[in-house]
Order: sequence, then C-alpha cells, then structure tokens
Amino acid sequence: MKKDVQAERAVNELEVKKRGQLSYIWFRFRKNKLAMLGLILLAVMALICITAPLYLSYEDDVVTQHVMEKFTKPFSAGHILGTDHYGRDMFARIVYGGRISLTMGFAIVALSLLIGGTIGAIAGYYGGVVDNILMRIMDVLLALPQILMAMAIVAVLGTDIKNLLIAMTIANIPKFARIVRSAILQIQGQEYIEAAKACGTKDPRIILRHILPNAIGPIVVQATLQIAQSIISLAALSFIGLGVQSPQPEWGTMLSEGKQDMMLYPFVVIEPGLAIMLAVLSFNLMGDGLRDALDPKLKN
Amino acid sequence: MSTPLIETRHLKKYFSTPAGPLHAVDDVSISIQRGQTLGVVGESGCGKSTMGRTILRLIEATDGEVLYNGENILKYNRRQMQEMRKKMQIIFQDPYSSLNPRMSVADIIAEPMKVCKTLPDNKQIYARVNELMEIVGLAKRFVNAYPHELDGGRRQRIGIARALALNPEFIVCDEPVSALDVSIQAQILNLLMDLQDNMGLTYMFVTHDLSVVKHISNEIAVMYLGQCVEKAPADELFRDPLHPYTQALLSAVPKPSLRDRSALQNVIKGEVSNPVNPKPGCRFAPRCAHACEKCTCQDLELKECGPNHFVACALVNQDKI
Repeated sequence: MKKDVQAERAVNELEVKKRGQLSYIWFRFRKNKLAMLGLILLAVMALICITAPLYLSYEDDVVTQHVMEKFTKPFSAGHILGTDHYGRDMFARIVYGGRISLTMGFAIVALSLLIGGTIGAIAGYYGGVVDNILMRIMDVLLALPQILMAMAIVAVLGTDIKNLLIAMTIANIPKFARIVRSAILQIQGQEYIEAAKACGTKDPRIILRHILPNAIGPIVVQATLQIAQSIISLAALSFIGLGVQSPQPEWGTMLSEGKQDMMLYPFVVIEPGLAIMLAVLSFNLMGDGLRDALDPKLKN
Repeated sequence: MSTPLIETRHLKKYFSTPAGPLHAVDDVSISIQRGQTLGVVGESGCGKSTMGRTILRLIEATDGEVLYNGENILKYNRRQMQEMRKKMQIIFQDPYSSLNPRMSVADIIAEPMKVCKTLPDNKQIYARVNELMEIVGLAKRFVNAYPHELDGGRRQRIGIARALALNPEFIVCDEPVSALDVSIQAQILNLLMDLQDNMGLTYMFVTHDLSVVKHISNEIAVMYLGQCVEKAPADELFRDPLHPYTQALLSAVPKPSLRDRSALQNVIKGEVSNPVNPKPGCRFAPRCAHACEKCTCQDLELKECGPNHFVACALVNQDKI
C-alpha cells in the first residue's frame, strides 16, 4: 500500500490534479501503531455492540433474572464473563451497556462540539460585545462542576436517557466554546486570513476552511478526551442512581450494583470497570493519533 | 494627466487605544497611474502597511476617500466590493504566515478563484493553477506540496501566484522581499517587474529598503508617522531630496565605498514621537536639525516645488536647507 501511494504521488507530479486530503490523513494515521490499536479496539467494540441483537436477546439474557445461576465464575460454559447477583449474563449486560455508553459518549460530544464550537467560533471571530456576552454565559456554566450541573438538570427534568443527554451536553458546551474560541483568536491574526479576506471570502468560509482546519488539533484531542470523560461521567451518574436505571444495564450502573459483592466476587466490578477503561483508553489513543495525522507538518 | 488608477484623498486611519486615537495614517493623499509603481518608504511603524491595507479595505478607513478609476470604493457596499476585490490584491511580507499551512500549493492558488467563482469548474481552475505556477516559476512537482516543505522564495512565489489568480489590475506589495535572502530578493523583484511588463500591473510597493524601492519604483512617497512628507519621481528623489527626513533616510543607506566610510553621516537623533494624539505641525520637528517655530505652529501640506515633486516642509524654498 505504501508503494502505491508513492507511485500515485509520482504520477501526480506530472499533472495538476488535486489529491484528497482524506487519503493523506489516513496515510499518516496508519503509521501510528498505537492510534491504530485504539481504532481497532473501538471498531471491535462498536461492532460487538451494534450486532448484539443478532446473538443476544435483551429480554432473556440481559433483564430476566436467573437466581439459580447467580455469581457463576467467568469462563464457565454459557457465561464467558460469569453472571451477576441476579444470575444475569455479564457479557450480555456489558455489551448492552456499551451500546448506551458508547452512543451516549459520542452523542454528547458531537452535540456539545456542534453547539459549543459554534458559540466559540462566533465569539472568537467577531469579538467585542458578542464575545463578552457569550463567554460570560459560558463562564457561568463553567463555574458549576460538570457532574453537579448534570445532576441538577437531571433532577429537574427527570431521570431519562434523553434528559441525561441534554444535561451532559449543556455541561460540556463551555469547554468546547472555550477551546474553539482560543484557537480562533490565535489563528485570526495570521496573514493568510487577511489574504482570504482580500479576495472577498465570506466569514463562514474563512472560519470553516481557513481557521478550523488549523485549529483542529486541540479540538479533536479535546473531543476524544471528552468522549472518554463523558463515558466516565455517565457511569458516575448511573453509579449514584441518576443515570440509567436498573434493570437496564450500563457500565456505571453495573459497577454500582456490583459494589456490595465486590469482596467475594470481584469480577462483577472488574469487568465493567475494564470495559470503561478499554473504551476510554482507545478513544484517547485514537485522539492522539488523529491530531498528528491532521497536521501536515508532521507528515514525515 | 489621465485619471490615476488609484488615488487616495485625505485618507485617515486612527486606531482607538486606551491612551487616545493612534494616528496610523493621517491625511495621506497619493495617486498611482495605471501601469506604474509607487514605492512607499518609511521606518517601522510609520503606517506604510496600514495604508496599503486601508486602500484594499482590509482595514476600514476612518476618513477620506480611496478612488479607483475615479470612483470612491470606500462607499461601495458588500457586493460592489466583492467585484472590486478581484481587481486589487495583496502580496504579504512574511511568506511563512501568509500561506495556510493546511492547504496544498494548488489549493492555495485555487482558493481565490473558487471564492470568486471566476471559472466554472474545478478542471478549469486547476488548469489555471498550472498556468499560474508556470508564470511565477514554480515547478509542477510542488502541486501537492504543503507550504512548510518549501523555502521562502518558493513560498513567496505561491503568494504571488495567489495574488495573480484573479487577474488583478492593482497589487499592494507589502514588503514582499524583506523576509527573503538577498539572492532570492533579486529573483522575486525581477519576477514582479516582469509581471508588471507583461500584464500591465500597477503596484504600490511598501518597503523600508531604499535600494529595492529605487530599483522598482517610478515614484516614491516617503512617510513619517502616518504622514506623507515627500513625494517625487524615483530618480528625482534620490538626486535631490528636499525634506530633512528624506535626506537623513538616504544618507543612512550604506555605501560600498572605502573613501566614504569616514564621511560624516546625517544621522537622526532621538526616537519617533508617539503616534497617539500627535502635536500639530511637522511630525518630524522634534528630531529635525532645522526645526523652528514655523514647523510646530500648524499642520503642513504637501507643496509642489518642482515638476511632480511634492514636499511637506515649512523651510523648503526658503534657502535654509
């Protein structure tokens, strides 16, 4: 594959032909082994979670209690990761919990990046009064600890996945607003922004095409870290009973339920804990690699 | 004389600072005929670059007029300005910060054409990119390169190609060679002059390098603290500088001659005074050896004291200098 890319480049030297940015980014990303490990881990996890309904029944495996089989040891027949205090299959519960954790982590960050990023971009680009008003609102949001605010919002709106999403999104917005704003402020003084203005480029295009690509590094890193953080926060909220409600499985809920039996049957907390760790780790590894891949200066 | 392509009338740009208005460009009236080059010289911070940017409306002027073919473009609305921008472009000083590091060479040059939609499809745009790269002397193998992979001279050529992409008539060259090696300076200057001959471009050439400005300009305007103190055809200015500041500036040019090394130089003492709320009168008066009360009592206007030779000095024509 490497040879192909080089050969293709050589051909391109002969004529003016635009090469896709994506293929360059992919080319650079692949060279980073740890990032690839993160990506593969995530892909495997996502695949297992997405295809779960094909081989696991939510009713039978995840919710229904089989008290006779409680605390089956891991690696026993039929229950590769054992069973919990109600005799429910740990593997099935972790997989179904992952469906919630991963989607929520992703959705929270995507939403808050979109909203917070837009606010930050507007504040940074236009400055002045607009900047002041928007950022002071963000400061107020930032003044409350994220988890406390999420708790408050959930308490008002009621415990429900949708409300959790809203709460966590609002809690995450100021972080992205800040990071996008500072990135924009830093880049705005560059002469290539002025060059873009000199040929009449409109503001949205300047922001999207000239400023954001140069600010993408810190934003992507923040986003991936924030997915990891959101998974943990979600688990924490569920742990204290404000998040996903039993019997619906979620990694935090599982930790919470397992904590009474932790001393005798440690696997009931180790397994969901490992799942959280693995997801967080692979998001972080991937974020790191993505930042490097997005920067053409680090190409070689 | 025919209508100049670019003319400024009493152009002013004040920046508001906590200490008061900073007079970056203060009542400057210049004009450039089509196909000519006006060199703008002056020390750092005298408002040369600000003036160039104000003419292009990259910075909005505080007061005054910028006439393009006799029309005041400062009154243009957004859409008219969009059309106007195709005709006037800028080449920047620093070839490192003036190119978007995330875009390939081809994309950088293509960007103005995509924004202004001067060409219908990508195929034609990139064909034009190819052509432009040839014009500015960039090898085709750099098409997919990124700016950081190239040296300063090549980067500046990209900047020039980008400025040419829309077929402009007027280009503000904001110290385009001062960040380059001397050997590359000559290449870029020659390229700019060739382009002018072939395309009939009009330049406003901002620089602090007097030998460069002599080489490339038809006319030279000398600026001091936001004001134009002397304006004359290039040869005339170098032969017969009238304003004390111009004289001092010219005498500061190093002469490659052993005989002159001990010659007493007309060195200016002191520092540039504060451009925030400047005192009336000649801005140069506090540092001028010839200053008298006439210089500080009122603002001075440019006076014609020879064919096309203008100077703003109270003492010229009085046989004192």
